[in-house]
Amino acid sequence: MTEQLDAEMLKVIVFQLGDKEYALPVHQVQGIEKSVHITRVPRTANYVKGVINLRGVVTPIIDLRERFAIPFLEEEDDTRIIIISHEDMEVGFIVDAANDVMDLPKISIEPQPEVVDSMEEEFIAGVAKVDKRLLILLNLEKVLNTLK
Amino acid sequence: MDTNQYLEVFIDESNEHLQSCSENLLVLEKNPQDTAIVNEIFRNAHTLKGMSATMGYEDIANLTHKMENVLDAIRNDKMVVTPELLDVVFESVDHLEEMVADISGGGNGKKDVTQTVEKLRRLENGEPLEGTSATQEEEISITSDDAIQSSELAFDDFEKTVLEQSSEQGFETVEIRVTLRDDCLLKAARVYMIFEILEKLGDVIKSVPTVEKLEDEQFDSSFAVAFVTKDTPEDLKQKLMKVSEVETVIITQIAVKKLSTQPNEQEEVTTAQIQAIAVTPKSEEKQVTTTKSNGHNSSKTIRVNIERLDILMNLFEELVIDRGRLQSIATELNHSELNETTERMTRVSGDLQNIILNMRMVPVETVFNRFPKMVRQLSRDLNKKINLEIIGAETELDRTVIDEIGDPLVHLIRNALDHGVESPEERLAAGKPEVGSVELRAYHSGNHVFIEIEDDGAGINRQRVLEKALAKGVITEESVASLSNKQIDELILASGFSTADVISDVSGRGVGLDVVKSTIEALGGSVSIESEQGKGSLFSIQLPLTLSIISVMLVEIEKEVYAIPLSSIIETSIIKTSDIMNAHNQKVIDFRGKVVPLVFLDETFDVPRASNDNDGFHSVVLVRKGDKMAGLVVDSFIGQQEIVLKSLGNYLSNVFAISGATILGNGQVALIVDCNSLIK
Repeated sequence: MTEQLDAEMLKVIVFQLGDKEYALPVHQVQGIEKSVHITRVPRTANYVKGVINLRGVVTPIIDLRERFAIPFLEEEDDTRIIIISHEDMEVGFIVDAANDVMDLPKISIEPQPEVVDSMEEEFIAGVAKVDKRLLILLNLEKVLNTLK
Repeated sequence: MDTNQYLEVFIDESNEHLQSCSENLLVLEKNPQDTAIVNEIFRNAHTLKGMSATMGYEDIANLTHKMENVLDAIRNDKMVVTPELLDVVFESVDHLEEMVADISGGGNGKKDVTQTVEKLRRLENGEPLEGTSATQEEEISITSDDAIQSSELAFDDFEKTVLEQSSEQGFETVEIRVTLRDDCLLKAARVYMIFEILEKLGDVIKSVPTVEKLEDEQFDSSFAVAFVTKDTPEDLKQKLMKVSEVETVIITQIAVKKLSTQPNEQEEVTTAQIQAIAVTPKSEEKQVTTTKSNGHNSSKTIRVNIERLDILMNLFEELVIDRGRLQSIATELNHSELNETTERMTRVSGDLQNIILNMRMVPVETVFNRFPKMVRQLSRDLNKKINLEIIGAETELDRTVIDEIGDPLVHLIRNALDHGVESPEERLAAGKPEVGSVELRAYHSGNHVFIEIEDDGAGINRQRVLEKALAKGVITEESVASLSNKQIDELILASGFSTADVISDVSGRGVGLDVVKSTIEALGGSVSIESEQGKGSLFSIQLPLTLSIISVMLVEIEKEVYAIPLSSIIETSIIKTSDIMNAHNQKVIDFRGKVVPLVFLDETFDVPRASNDNDGFHSVVLVRKGDKMAGLVVDSFIGQQEIVLKSLGNYLSNVFAISGATILGNGQVALIVDCNSLIK
């Protein structure tokens, strides 16, 4: 029984953005960094905050608030950069806080509801309800796509 | 034997020996009388044979052995160097290269080389190359079958070499035939005991049946071993007879010289080979002397994996960043001893940086040296007479660039040979010397390395290029008139273009040249063509000296730091606001009599301005692209620095006017300005 459960589990990193909680599969996450100096890169999309020096590798940073058109928030102590790796790209996401690592039963993941109020609709791969928390799973492909 | 740990060394060294073989063969072709060169080639082949036999690559060992026989005959004046002979030797070297390439690609180095082996054998025996005779392969197998039946030992080439060498060193070679008693119960145990005794006394070269079979008791009652020892046969016999249940021990001496000819006995061997082997010791003496004289000149080197150098480089970058931090802390604290130590460290790490960067530099020779053979082969295939001249092979380039430029150069040289240089008849008709010339040049210029390929062939037929380009849809009718000659020439670098009327397998299907262009551009370089019809063409490749380190000038705009490559900077200057003039909505300055447009980087890069205070002066960096210039207006100059070039990552692949990034001493990222895209 347990074995079967394990197989159906998805380990995710849960992070906070505005008043919502989002999740990314742990295998796509390279690490979580505290905020460091970001060098602005001119003439890029508004949500590209710039690049950082991640242990000798120049890594682009995307502000997910800007990307999802969530109102701007002043940087706080909790602000984190989640480094993700997708296909051959390494990108950092600025998030309000990194909350949790948890096992998500795959069964609890549902396709996104038909009506979602905001612009972020297209970036959602699904939603999961765990206890009383609603986790939004991101579609990395879409989040990263437009710049290509 | 576990040979894996030696595999890399084997591959590296084999390649070196093969390279030197082909180089020397080319020299030999020009001076057929020079036996010193033959000796050199012989030595290479000999080493290669030894190594490959040790590593268990029998095909290589076999082929090199045959090649060696031929070379040996040449240097002992038993044979003269003829073009046919060289062709066969070249062919063998080609095969060997393929086999070594196969091994380095993870293969087993096996290849069917019987044809070449047969050719070498015929050369050796003075038979004509053409004509029919039974293949070597069959005869060898017959010999070895016979050997087992008639209980004589047959030796392969490697074993023969070992036997020859041990006899030179004063060892006796004997064949020992041991017969066990018919009622022997523990045959394997007896075999084991006999081998144990033998191994104490000398070396077992071969046994029939094989040791594995013997240990599995897969033999009747007797077996034979070839054995090299310093003991006398009588002693041997006595010691072996002490093993229980041994019926008889027959020991016969093997004459090494006679044995060497054995596989060829049925082929009516001429005396050439026997003599060839008989003189081996003498030739090896010669070899020793040449090795000694060479040994003095060569500097000591070790092989280092390029990955380790990369790791070293990365670690050093981290060190540089920390060095920068330390420097700023030291300045802040103003502690004299700390300052002193930091300065020392800065100097030492500066030297270290130079060394690390230089370690990655490799002469282009490593790429160029395969071309003479290629040109020789190609000109034969194409029935053209071509002389390749290489200039500046010692020019150094970063290892990463070297690795990439091989293929593009092959394409360009093939192109020059196939499409550039005309056939001898055409050349004579055009009043040119019969032999065409292709010149391969490499040289440093500024922060770049230029590699040029020039031929004195037909040049580019612009009319045909245009027709083709139109037919293939590379350009449109309307644009034809506006194209300059240079632009037309460069159309042949466009994809899907081939001007050869007949698609040949030499220069491919026209996919070659656009690949050349894209590869070179991916390396941060460029390709240009100059051509004059009837006179020849010049392909010029411009490459950055190194991919990883460049000299830049750091400038500041508000709080942002940007790096401008020194290679594009002409000079820096401070101008008054009143010097700025307007021309067609474009701000320009008069710089030494030239009108130079100004680019305000803060506007171009949308730098957020805290305040708009202007003291009436502007710092300007004058940059150029070809013969065009521009002045980049910045807030202040920080200074010159060597930086490590990094990419912005795949996500930000196409940012306007930014060619990359680097990490500064304080750990922050600075962007590198791409001056080329700022100059229109």
